[in-house]
This record gives sequence, C-alpha cells and structure tokens, in this order.
Amino acid sequence: MLSIRNLKVSIKGKEILKGINLDVNAGEVHAIMGPNGTGKSTLAYVIAGREGYEVTEGEIIFKGRNILDLSAEERACEGLFLGFQYPVEIPGVSITNFLRTAINEQRKYKGLDPVPAVEFLAKMEEKKQLLELQEKLASRSVNEGFSGGEKKKNEIFQMAMLEPSLAILDETDSGLDIDALRIVATGVNKLRRPDNATIVITHYQRLLEYIIPDVVHVLFDGRIVKSGGKELALLLEEKGYEWIRSES
Amino acid sequence: MEKNQNNILEEVTNSDYKYGFHTNIEMDLAAVGLSEDTVRFISAKKNEPDWMLEFRLTSYRHWLTLTEPKWAHIHHPAIKYQDIIYYAAPKRKKELASLDEVDPELLDTFKKLGISLDEQKKLSGVAVDAVIDSVSVKTTFTDTLSKYGVIFCSFSDAVQNHPDLVKQYMGSVVPSNDNFFAALNSAVFSDGSFCYIPKGVRCPVELSTYFRINAANTGQFERTLIIADEGAYVSYMEGCTAPMRDENQLHAAIVEIVAMKDAEVKYSTVQNWYPGNKKGEGGIYNFVTKRGICKGSHSKISWTQVETGSAITWKYPSVVLMGDNSIGEFYSVAVTNNFQQADTGSKMIHLGKNTKSTIISKGISAGQSNNSYRGLVKVIKRAENARNFSQCDSLLLGDKCGAHTFPYIKAENHTSIIEHEATTSKISDDQLFYCKQRGISSESAIGLIVNGYAKEVLMHLPMEFAVEAQKLLAISLEGSVG
Ligand SMILES: Nc1ncnc2c1ncn2[C@@H]1O[C@H](COP(=O)(O)OP(=O)(O)OP(=O)(O)O)[C@@H](O)[C@H]1O
Ligand SMILES: [Mg+2]
Repeated sequence: MLSIRNLKVSIKGKEILKGINLDVNAGEVHAIMGPNGTGKSTLAYVIAGREGYEVTEGEIIFKGRNILDLSAEERACEGLFLGFQYPVEIPGVSITNFLRTAINEQRKYKGLDPVPAVEFLAKMEEKKQLLELQEKLASRSVNEGFSGGEKKKNEIFQMAMLEPSLAILDETDSGLDIDALRIVATGVNKLRRPDNATIVITHYQRLLEYIIPDVVHVLFDGRIVKSGGKELALLLEEKGYEWIRSES
Repeated sequence: MEKNQNNILEEVTNSDYKYGFHTNIEMDLAAVGLSEDTVRFISAKKNEPDWMLEFRLTSYRHWLTLTEPKWAHIHHPAIKYQDIIYYAAPKRKKELASLDEVDPELLDTFKKLGISLDEQKKLSGVAVDAVIDSVSVKTTFTDTLSKYGVIFCSFSDAVQNHPDLVKQYMGSVVPSNDNFFAALNSAVFSDGSFCYIPKGVRCPVELSTYFRINAANTGQFERTLIIADEGAYVSYMEGCTAPMRDENQLHAAIVEIVAMKDAEVKYSTVQNWYPGNKKGEGGIYNFVTKRGICKGSHSKISWTQVETGSAITWKYPSVVLMGDNSIGEFYSVAVTNNFQQADTGSKMIHLGKNTKSTIISKGISAGQSNNSYRGLVKVIKRAENARNFSQCDSLLLGDKCGAHTFPYIKAENHTSIIEHEATTSKISDDQLFYCKQRGISSESAIGLIVNGYAKEVLMHLPMEFAVEAQKLLAISLEGSVG
C-alpha cells in the first residue's frame, strides 16, 4: 500500500524528516507516536502532498507508484485521506455541499459521473448513524463553530464518506471525550477492510486499546527510531520518551 | 507556498469572458457625439410627446453645468463624451406582432445568453423584457400579466401607453439633476423597462430584464421604473452582458423604485458586463444610479446584487425610508479581478419613524483589482427609533489587490441604533489544502469557499438567479487560487 524510502524533508532549509522508512500493507493499522515537534504532522502532510515542504531525498510509493510528483488533489483522488490535527473552518459551506463536491471531483478523476443525489443522501445517512452524528451537523458549515471533538468526529465522517485506501489520522483522538473516542474508534474499526490501511498518529496508548495497531512506530527527531507490536505503546506510556532517547 | 498561491490565483482569475460575442444586426445609429440635436434625434426616433422631450432637454442643459464626480476610489482615463454614439437600435422593419418577426440574429443572441424569449417554451414562469443596445426588443408574458392588471413593458411603450404614470413617477426618486450620470441618462436614455403593480396584487411571476450592449462605440443608457402600489408585491431581476471590445464602453443607467403603503419590491441584479481583459484593456464603465423610495408606511424595498463584471463599477443602490415602519435592505457581492475597479455600496436614508435598514456587503478582490465599499446611513431628526445594521466584509485573494471601506454615518436622532461591523479575510493556504486533500481542485475550492463566503447574500436571490450567480462567482475568479 505505502512504502516510504529514506525520506528527507526540509522546511525553509531546516531538515525536519531525516530519512524515514515505513512500509504499510493493505489491511494493516500502524500507529506513529513520538514527542511534540518531532515531525509526525510533517510526515502526514508530505505524504498528502502539501506544498511548502522540500523533499530533498527519498521516495513515497503509494499503490506501486511514486506519488511525489502528484498534486494533493490527485493523491486524494488516488485514495489518500488525511484526518487533520487542526481541521480548518470553511464558513458558509455546508458539510453536505463540501462532501458532494469532494466525492464528485474524485469521481470525475476516475471518469465517473456525479453521484446521484439519492445515493449520496443515503450514504450520508448511513455514515451519520455509524458515527452517531447529530442530525443537524451535516447541514452546518464545515467545522465552523464546531467544538474540538465535533471537528474530529467530522474528520472521521468525511473519511467514512470518501472511503480512502489509506487514511492517516493525525491526533484524531485528542480533544475527544471517552464516549466520542469510543465512537470514533468503533467507526475506524468498522471501516477497516482487507484492502485498506490506516495510520494513526497519537500521543495516547488509550486510543490503541480501541484501535488495535499491527505495528507501533516511534518517531523521534525526524527518524523512526523504534518499531514494534502494540506492547511498545504500553512501554512508552510507562517509561516516557526519555527511555527512547537513552536507547537510541 | 506564498508564491505558489499567487500562481494559482492568477490561473483562477484568468478565465475568459464567455458572453463576449457580438451579433451582426443592422443598426439604426445616431451621429457620434452629444448635443441638443442628439437629444432631439433620440426623442424623435421614439416618437415622444413634448413633455418627454422637454424633460430630456432640461436634463441635458443641466448636465452641461455638471462635472463628473471625483470622490470614488476609481481611476480611468477621461471619458470622451463626444466620441460616444448615444443611440443604437436594432433596425425594425415594422411593429412586432409576434416573436416570429423578431430578427433571428437577435433571438440567437438571447439563446446564446441562455435566455428564452419564447413564451410557449417558457416553463419557469419568468416574464422577460429584453433590451439590446438600450432598445427593448421583446417583452414576454405581457398578456398573462395584464390579467392581473400588471403593466410590464418597455419604457418607450410606457411613455406612449401610460403617460400619466410615467409623468407622475419618472424622476421622482432620482431627479434628473441628482448627479452627473443621472442627468446624462435623463437626457439620452433610449429605453428600459417599466413596471406597475396595482393595489393589492402579488405579481404572479418574476419579472426580468436582460440588458445587452451589442453595438461598438455606443453608450447604453437605460431607465427602469418600478411602481408597486399599496399592498403590491413584485420580484424583479436584472441581468447584463456585453461583447468583448478593446475600447471602454459607457453604461449609465437609472433605476427608480416606488413602494407605496404595505408594498414590497425585491430587486435582484446579476451584473456581468464585460470586465476588460487580463491587462485591464476594454470593459464597461458602469455608472449607475439606483434608488428606491419606501413612500408608504410598512413598505419594503430590497436590493440584492451580484456584481462580477465591468471594468469600473460605480453604483450605490439606495433606499429612502419615508414611510413609518418601512424597511430597506441591501445585499451585495462584488467581485473584482485583474484590473477591475468597483466602488459600490448603499445609502439608507431614514426619514420615517421605526424605519429599519440592513446592509450586507461582501467584497471579493483578486488580481490587481480594487474593491471599495462606500455607504451612508442617515437618520434625520424626526426619524424616531431608526435602526440600521451594516456588515461589510472583504475577502482578498492574493496580495496585489485592494479592499477599502468607506462607511459614513449621520445620525441626528439619539434614539437611533446603528451598528457597523467589518472584517477582512483571506482564503488561507490551510483552507485550500484542506479542500485539495479531499480531492477538490484549486479552482473548485475557490468557487466553494467564495460561494460560502457570499452565502448570506446569495440566499436572497430568486432561485433562477442564485444558481447562475454561484457559477458566475466561481467563473469570474477562475485562475486566482492557491
Ligand atoms: N511551516 C513550518 N515552518 C517552520 N517550521 C515548521 C513548519 N511546520 C512544522 N515546522 C517545524 O517542524 C517540526 C515538526 O513539526 P510537526 O508539526 O511535524 O511536529 P509533530 O510531531 O506533529 O508535533 P505535535 O505532537 O506537537 O503535533 C517542529 O519543530 C515545527 O516547529
Ligand atoms: Mg502534529
């Protein structure tokens, strides 16, 4: 699904990612943990194709193809989804309108006709229930005036609607209360299929009790310094990142 | 990132004007230039009664004493009033009895504009008056409307057939000496639309006028007069397009609205005159005076405008709130791109008690354009409990454009409550990336964000217009995203 080779990325001349190697197969869930400012979001953005990052070395292979030359929207249409750490507000644009536009643009990319209204609305209904979303949320403007938790739920809702092959969820768990966390995690689990994969970026072991990862990686100062099973998350929680520092 | 945003902004702001064709129709033209003879020529062409000629001549003589207003935040080379042709009309062989007799070229023009003049095929229930180069070529639905006593016809026809109404109301809202451009229009206007809704009648269909400039070197000076008698209601829509030409063309219109007691008039405009090319060459100079008077108590006038065209826009649709408890509204989206300049806003003049006005203005600037809001809220001494709420927002795309706000408030009665809010925002890289990450292209993203931003205004447009306006907003900003 995703294979990252020796990825080095700088922002304004400063190297942030210093040679990342990462392999994610279809059907897997990977967790990336690591202290603040080590480059987790940067990695997510670079995979998603955000501009302003200088890739100085390495490659990102997604579904067998180097995607570094693709624009962000092309990568999205190829099946890449990023759940944002800080979702932005788009005033006046309803979630319904936003999602219909997104789905239709993705369909256009694939040479398909726009989604029929009935089909689209039925899908909205289904996914709203899956995530126990409030009825009126979908008619509100994208993230405008949403609480922190509502924004995160909305990210997962969009993921559910867009059905990506690879979803990267950047701290989707932060800001969620226990119930919301359970709902979001259940949502992610229900959307899990043998042909898709998920990368969750998180600071908390707690999320990984709900979404069981196949592999846990520790990102430290621009490198993945440790990878292991889900027990690695427990160890981290117990010993803190100082332990990694001394190990590496 | 910054640089890239500007590149995309340029792309989005660089789409082509799709109404830029012109039609080869035989034209009846006045000689170039303006004099008393021109005024007489126009009046004679239209077979006007003496009082009308007098009105024109008085206006013309007054115009000679005036100079162009200089206070607007716009710049342009001097307009050469003697180089303009003041009358251009598609040649008519005879009176038109049915649509079959309309010049096929002309019908074709309107087909290209997406306007059907064919009553049988007209399903949406919109009555249309089509004005090309200031002459009304066809008004649809006249028969249906006359059943309700609604008069909807060309201004020229109204002069002939309803002289008393025209005499009574023409110039009563915008006097011919109101300003330079109003005086000019009053002297040389060639046609426009006239509409009268009798007492207690809710006009059963939307009334609509399409204005089209076609001939070269001509000015378009149309005049619209709408009268809603006691308890009447009408929704009126105006659309405008013009061919692409290298030279600037002058458009100086007047719209007057009179709302009697309990009457309501909703006036919607989608202005898409040719804006000039990417280098700022050509385009329409749009100097328009639009004003309504809420004459009776509990009357209401709303202006909704989507302004995407014209090289220069100079217009301030206003409401004089004379009747007690009357309401004035102004909802505006003005888009400027490339080298366009817009100086637009509204005046709300509170004369009556408990009068209320709302101004919502959304400016969107891209390219190297300049977009100004200019507004006046005035409350006179005896206007107890007047209320105004104004909100003026500016959205900037790129860093070479300008947005300005000039709100003026004159309150002479201490019981009045006047609120003014203003914001300036940009489409952020974060917003664009968010959209793109969902698979939405930059261009669609801009369209989406801009339409969201303008939603509060667009929702006041009649359905038929709203869809068109949304597309237009996206198109006129094409090439300007990041
Ligand atoms: N646009 C930018 N300009 C300058 N520096 C940046 C930019 N974006 C990120 N950085 C820097 O890159 C480093 C990595 O940031 P990143 O957001 O990837 O960290 P993170 O691991 O996601 O942290 P957190 O756990 O706090 O979310 C930080 O030092 C940050 O300040
Ligand atoms: Mg982060």
